[in-house]
Amino acid sequence: MNMNEKTDMNPLAEQVLDRIRRQEDLLRCYISYDIEAVRKQAASVEKKIKDGEFRSPFAGIPYAVKDNLCTAGIRTTCGSKMLEHFVPAYDAAVVEKMKAAGAVLIGKTNMDEFAFGSSTETSFFGPTRNPADLSRTPGGSSGGSAAAVASGEAVMALGTDTGGSVRQPASHCGVVGTKPTYGVISRWGLIAYASSMDTVGTLTRSVEDAATLLDVLVGEDERDSTSLPHPRPGFREILNSDVRSLRIGIPADLIDAGVSDPVASSLETAAKALKEAGAIVERFEIGLADYLVPTYYLIAMAEASSNLERFDGVKYGYRTADPASLSDLYQKSRAEAFGEEVKRRIMLGTYVLSSGFYDEYYLKALKVRRLIKETYDRAFCKFDCILTPTAPTTSPLLGEKPDPISVYESDLFTVSANLTGCPAISVPWSRDEKGLPIGIQLMADVFCEGTMLRAANALETLREVRFYE
Amino acid sequence: MNNSYETVIGLEVHVELSTATKIFCGCRTDFGGAPNSHTCPVCTGMPGTLPVLNKKVLEAAIAVGLATGCEITRVGRFDRKNYFYPDNPQNYQISQLYFPICRKGSVEIETKAGKKSIGITEIHMEEDAGKLYHAEDGTSLVDYNRSGVPLLEIVTEPDLSSGEEAVAFLEKLRTMISYLGVSDCKMQEGSMRADVNLSVRKPGEDLGTRTEMKNLGSFRSVIRAAEAETKRQIDLLEAGEQVLQETRRFDEASGTSFSMRSKEEARDYRYFPDPDLPPVVVSDELIEKIRSEAPEHREARILRFEKEYGLPEYDCKILTETKTLGDFFEEAALIAGAGDGKAAPTEENVSSSYKKVSNYIMGELLRLQKERGMDEDEIPMSPEHLAELIRMTEEGLITGTVAKQIFEVMFDKDCDPRAYANEQDLCILKNEGVIESAVDQILATETGPVAEYLSGKEKVLGYLVGQTMKALQVKADAGEIRALLLKRLKDRSE
Repeated sequence: MNMNEKTDMNPLAEQVLDRIRRQEDLLRCYISYDIEAVRKQAASVEKKIKDGEFRSPFAGIPYAVKDNLCTAGIRTTCGSKMLEHFVPAYDAAVVEKMKAAGAVLIGKTNMDEFAFGSSTETSFFGPTRNPADLSRTPGGSSGGSAAAVASGEAVMALGTDTGGSVRQPASHCGVVGTKPTYGVISRWGLIAYASSMDTVGTLTRSVEDAATLLDVLVGEDERDSTSLPHPRPGFREILNSDVRSLRIGIPADLIDAGVSDPVASSLETAAKALKEAGAIVERFEIGLADYLVPTYYLIAMAEASSNLERFDGVKYGYRTADPASLSDLYQKSRAEAFGEEVKRRIMLGTYVLSSGFYDEYYLKALKVRRLIKETYDRAFCKFDCILTPTAPTTSPLLGEKPDPISVYESDLFTVSANLTGCPAISVPWSRDEKGLPIGIQLMADVFCEGTMLRAANALETLREVRFYE
Repeated sequence: MNNSYETVIGLEVHVELSTATKIFCGCRTDFGGAPNSHTCPVCTGMPGTLPVLNKKVLEAAIAVGLATGCEITRVGRFDRKNYFYPDNPQNYQISQLYFPICRKGSVEIETKAGKKSIGITEIHMEEDAGKLYHAEDGTSLVDYNRSGVPLLEIVTEPDLSSGEEAVAFLEKLRTMISYLGVSDCKMQEGSMRADVNLSVRKPGEDLGTRTEMKNLGSFRSVIRAAEAETKRQIDLLEAGEQVLQETRRFDEASGTSFSMRSKEEARDYRYFPDPDLPPVVVSDELIEKIRSEAPEHREARILRFEKEYGLPEYDCKILTETKTLGDFFEEAALIAGAGDGKAAPTEENVSSSYKKVSNYIMGELLRLQKERGMDEDEIPMSPEHLAELIRMTEEGLITGTVAKQIFEVMFDKDCDPRAYANEQDLCILKNEGVIESAVDQILATETGPVAEYLSGKEKVLGYLVGQTMKALQVKADAGEIRALLLKRLKDRSE
């Protein structure tokens, strides 16, 4: 390394590149990264900072982006063979914002194929390892982003959360995972999984970083008709850890549906700590516990089956060699380039939208979704935040390959925030007997990120277990 | 044809809106341009892109809904129609199934059979697809310039009972929509297309099984397809067979149709609400705004033309058949009526100018349009030139016959009539000596007719006037020639 280059570089970027050099071959957080490009980028940003062009707190900060968020000129694969060589001509809205803030893009992180999964193992590019235990998965689908932040291969990362894909890997890796209210961050450039629930989220080392990052990312975007302005932005400024008189509810029926012992006791100690800090913590029945996961998957798969139709081998992406006909081109291209879980979801989604089944499945799921929304609306009249674990267990071993249904069921605590559009955050709280991180989830009413971040910040302050050296 | 059956027809009409940009992105909608030059990541279905509704499309749909007496849906939705085909870059078309923008309207038509009200079931907004080109080597190319061009689909009740009625409906719809200025509705250019749903039954019976004929591109093919399909269905039923519910394609060349796909083969489009687009909420204010800003419709214009230009109803109906023609008339009439700016025109002069404009349009312009095989909307000359031509006749500069000659040149070349007349030396001859010598010449050569006239056959005078005109290349005033001829002939008879 050239000495001059080194002095031009942000020390943080240098540290991050050093970590990547030492660990990336083992961890596999990234699908694509380019150290030389990062170095150039960092040097140019550094110059602009000195010239006073960048004043954002993120100027020069190295960050990672999940590989389903488009980056102009950098391939964006969605963890799929289908898009192995796809290079978008445009940046996702969130990438534009990070660029404008002067943040330095390290690379594109690994993920479950098209964000369909909870372990990052369905990626065409192979699994990412959990930095807390290399034999385990980092969770998913934003597993690469969570592992990169936990291992120091990025200072912060962008992920996407459709059913818990930011919060669950955050919990498994021991970082803060934040999913804001649906619509407050533009989805422009986010390759859709389930459009009515897809939300860009953040993976950070602290709640304060999350608040600061959200301040950069939120805002209405005319390119996304479902985006809205946040009525109460400025999260960093109002952030404190005062939880006195904050009403926190624990949905007993959800917890009783089954969590591992270490997770249950982690929730208890978190509740106790919050109570001691002055919060009013109560157990209550939320209702509809059995309907959350089925409703989520029906809607998500239906939307996914349609969203993934554009990957057909005609315009971009993988195309089979020598198709015999148009339908052969479609069938082979998709059969050869989509993985098993993608095919499963496309087939199930296609089924529930089919004539004769639409009313019975999809329409019914929409009705139940409305009931769930009403249930949570009522709960948020009584409580400022709902406290649960983020995941029922700590991170599973790599290659365990549990049956799909039990994988889907492990989303019990996270899907309600997506079905209702509410914000939710996972904060690392404790470790199990093996030292694996356990995250606690706080969920708040729509647009109540301020309150949610305050409670999360309190947890972070009260936490007795250390997560970063 | 067997008269004991009646035909039942419902139409699905696709109208391409003439908004400047596409329905869900900012790309231009105009025709032409290199393939895929009017495209962007949205209308080519790139990953991560999102649709944003063009407000002008919504306003156009509401305007058409109001003009056809529809109820406007206050909270509408867009739905995805899923099917794989390369002209459709997302492999789903964004359309409206469950909550279309307009419902329950009606349009009155008039045919030889009388007036009839045709129910409108619904009007919905959707996006057009791209175009496929199949090369001889077996490869296919796609042009996405049309992808995302806004369409309205207007669906009627099965209230039509013949191809003629279907065409009367389409003509009425075309007039209404082009008057609104939201589409040019040119069937031959594909900006208006009709699907014909048709069944037959004996009077009083329940509706028969219907077939659908897709994408008819002219009024003529609508009539022919309806006739052929009616006959085909009656023949089947008379032979004791059944009509199958299916989609058929009408072949213009052979005048027959063939099956495209049966009900069993019908695609399952898996319609569901598009989660990328929020509900379309229409406020009272928006409806009122569109209602109050709606341009004049044809019926109102007929009445206004009668009143403002003092024209007979017959003229007004013809002049308003298309909005373009009415606009042309009005511009020419206003210029012609303003006079030459030297003296204030009298009321009498003005209204005679209006009538002259109308006469030129009804007589010459429409004839030439037809002869040149042009579209009704195609007027290749400027209204200023027509007004100028009329002024020249009023000034006595050219004869009526010459004016008609010049009109034809103007129609083809849009030239300035005064310059052209001067250049071609077409102005009326003011030199009396020239006219006199021409008259004398005719009287000297046409001895036979002259003798006939003198013997009392006064009809021959017309012939002599004509011959003189011809000799003068129509550049003299016929009245003047006639007077001079009469004078000379009188001299001879005395």
